[in-house]
Amino acid sequence: MRRARDVLVVLVAIWLHGTALAHKPSDSYLTLNVEGNTIIGQWDIALRDLDFALGLDGNQDGAITWGEVRAKHAEITAYALSRLTLGPARAPCVPVVREQLIDNHSDGAYAVLRFIATCAAAPKVLEVGYRLFFDIDPQHRGLLNLSAQGSSRAGILSVDAPVQRFALAALSQREQFADYLKEGVLHIWTGFDHILFLLSLLLPAVLVRSTDSGEPWSAAPSFNAAFWDVFKVVTAFTVAHSITLSLAALGVISLPSRLVESAIAASVVLAALNNVRPVVYAGRWIIAFCFGLIHGFGFASVLTDLGLPQGSLLLALVAFNLGVELGQLAIVAAFLPIAYALRDTRLYRRAILVGGSLVVAAIAALWLIERALNVALLPGLGA
Amino acid sequence: MMGSTGNRWQWAAAGALALALSASVAAAPFVPADDGQVLERLPDRSAPQYRDLKRLRTEVAAAPNDVAAATALANAYYRISRSEGDPRFLGYAQAALKPWWKDAEAPSAVLVMRATILQSHHEFTRALADLDMAIARDSRNARAILVRATVQTVQGKYDAARADCERLHGLVSELYLVACTAGIDAVTGKAQSARAALEGSLAAMPNATPDTRAWFESLLGEIAQRQGDPVAEKHFRAALAADPRDLYTLAAYGDWLLDQKRAAAVVPLVQNEPRVDALLLRLALAQKALQRPEADGSVTILRARFDASRARGDTVHRREEARFQLQLNGDPKVALRLAQENWKVQREPADLRILAEAAHATGDTPARETVHQWLAATGLEYPAVAALVKPGEGRGK
Repeated sequence: MRRARDVLVVLVAIWLHGTALAHKPSDSYLTLNVEGNTIIGQWDIALRDLDFALGLDGNQDGAITWGEVRAKHAEITAYALSRLTLGPARAPCVPVVREQLIDNHSDGAYAVLRFIATCAAAPKVLEVGYRLFFDIDPQHRGLLNLSAQGSSRAGILSVDAPVQRFALAALSQREQFADYLKEGVLHIWTGFDHILFLLSLLLPAVLVRSTDSGEPWSAAPSFNAAFWDVFKVVTAFTVAHSITLSLAALGVISLPSRLVESAIAASVVLAALNNVRPVVYAGRWIIAFCFGLIHGFGFASVLTDLGLPQGSLLLALVAFNLGVELGQLAIVAAFLPIAYALRDTRLYRRAILVGGSLVVAAIAALWLIERALNVALLPGLGA
Repeated sequence: MMGSTGNRWQWAAAGALALALSASVAAAPFVPADDGQVLERLPDRSAPQYRDLKRLRTEVAAAPNDVAAATALANAYYRISRSEGDPRFLGYAQAALKPWWKDAEAPSAVLVMRATILQSHHEFTRALADLDMAIARDSRNARAILVRATVQTVQGKYDAARADCERLHGLVSELYLVACTAGIDAVTGKAQSARAALEGSLAAMPNATPDTRAWFESLLGEIAQRQGDPVAEKHFRAALAADPRDLYTLAAYGDWLLDQKRAAAVVPLVQNEPRVDALLLRLALAQKALQRPEADGSVTILRARFDASRARGDTVHRREEARFQLQLNGDPKVALRLAQENWKVQREPADLRILAEAAHATGDTPARETVHQWLAATGLEYPAVAALVKPGEGRGK
């Protein structure tokens, strides 16, 4: 009973106080003014929050003085700016803090960072990536006020929505289409898991199963045969992931991302191991189709992160999907001639097909562990 | 504690803050004149609830996936969030539970801690789901049962809450059983027996800890306050003698004094806690009643806080905001809407009171009917609220 009592003392608080009596919670105020290729910014961050993260109260007397804040200016700048990205994803606008001031908001004193960010070109779509304090206080919010070309917009940046995109210029439909098309291409090119899955299924396409028991593979008889095999696999993958990408992006189905990401990793392991010890050959397009359904959910989560434009949802969906297919075709176009040329060599059959597949299976197995158990094993490779 | 050096200092700090806040809501950023200028006061970190924090943080840093260490740290942060009224610490508590925050199958100790945090954000449905699971795994999980009884009481689900109190027999000491049952009796037409039980239990514990004493006295004070019994004051004072910084008692006692038209006594009671919205609200109401010029400054700060809260998408403060709209901003229509939205989520007597007051001010019949039916269905003894919704009573009466 003694132990129960200790634990329960804490409960006195909630019990009596069924309802919380609260201060204002932790917010920062980010104001961005876009003028051409320059962003003039002001970021107000509560001293209380900075104290928790960086320890502003140097002499530990419970009072934060201007001298103590000034001594930490460089640290505050580095801490804040490393948690904010501005700009189109590929051409970030780099902020430089010009001055630090103090302001009093309704709940106390804030550090005010005034900065100027310069972009390579005037952004048409401004992507704001915000991660301040989310690791130490998931209830923190960044309250964004963005103005450009005479109109202003507000946004709430939270741990669940840390990246938001704002169309600055009224993009024409063509520009919007091109934008999402590009995102689609880039996603397949930078999404190693999708590429490795596809390549694992394509590696045997330039070979055929041999009847000779000592040598499991022989070269595909013609480029035509290899081409059609590739065509079947790629088409099945494309059709499958287009179905689920569309259904998920339109909100018809949704799956937990941990499950999706783990299943994608598992699909890479299986596809790679199938090259080491072939179980399925002619039916590889069926594997491509079934797992393609899962990969589609992965694409959809990227598209959701990008933010779907209200009113031109279908356009964005089609453009993104088309981008994924184009990116994929480019990979296949680079792969097929080389693989076809090398297909009769030991290098291809041993080192690339078997050795390469083993490496791929090992990496994907680590992904699988990381994603299923939510741990980090491969810094930098977590595709 | 009252009158000690630390406390005087705290008062001075609070005064300075109030001054800075009232001077500043729409001020422009500035460069302070000299290095010695104090910009912000932090909570007193020599207070007992901060004592173990450093050790607990080190333990979690060394083993972030250790359930016992993480829940102990989350618990420590949670306590501070309550004693300081600062929701930042709820965020820190959530961060301590990060490995399991989205895990539907989290260990039971995590489920109970997570539910405790969620209910503070008024996410009662998710909190109850966690508690249900913890209790399904172990029907003798006393902490889970207690938290569930509390959440259900706040929601006005008194039958379910009472059933949970009964489940606690043999699991917790008498003290908690009495409080659990009395808390429900007090709002379901058995106020007199609730008072007798709480008083009897308190008399039987001459060595009760200050926490427990403050808790029981505050419960007694609130029941008496609703019954219009002047003995409420004695209980509130006893609660504050045991724990002078108990924010909840300060608010309840402040309300009692306002009801008694003793606004002058409210000012010294709450003026050293201007960060806590609910207490700043009482301060502003007292200042207004006394026709003091500072009232405008307090109203401006409160408005800025409610605006900021809306900007971040929060809806936790609707009860306080409804009162602000009705009693300080002169907008009974908005007050009624807020009070009605609040009533959908939480149903404590204070939630009913603001709904009744807004209904009375606007003459809104459906809202008055809601209050009337609630009083009839639960048996809640609250004559002041009943008078507001008596048939025939209406706007301007």
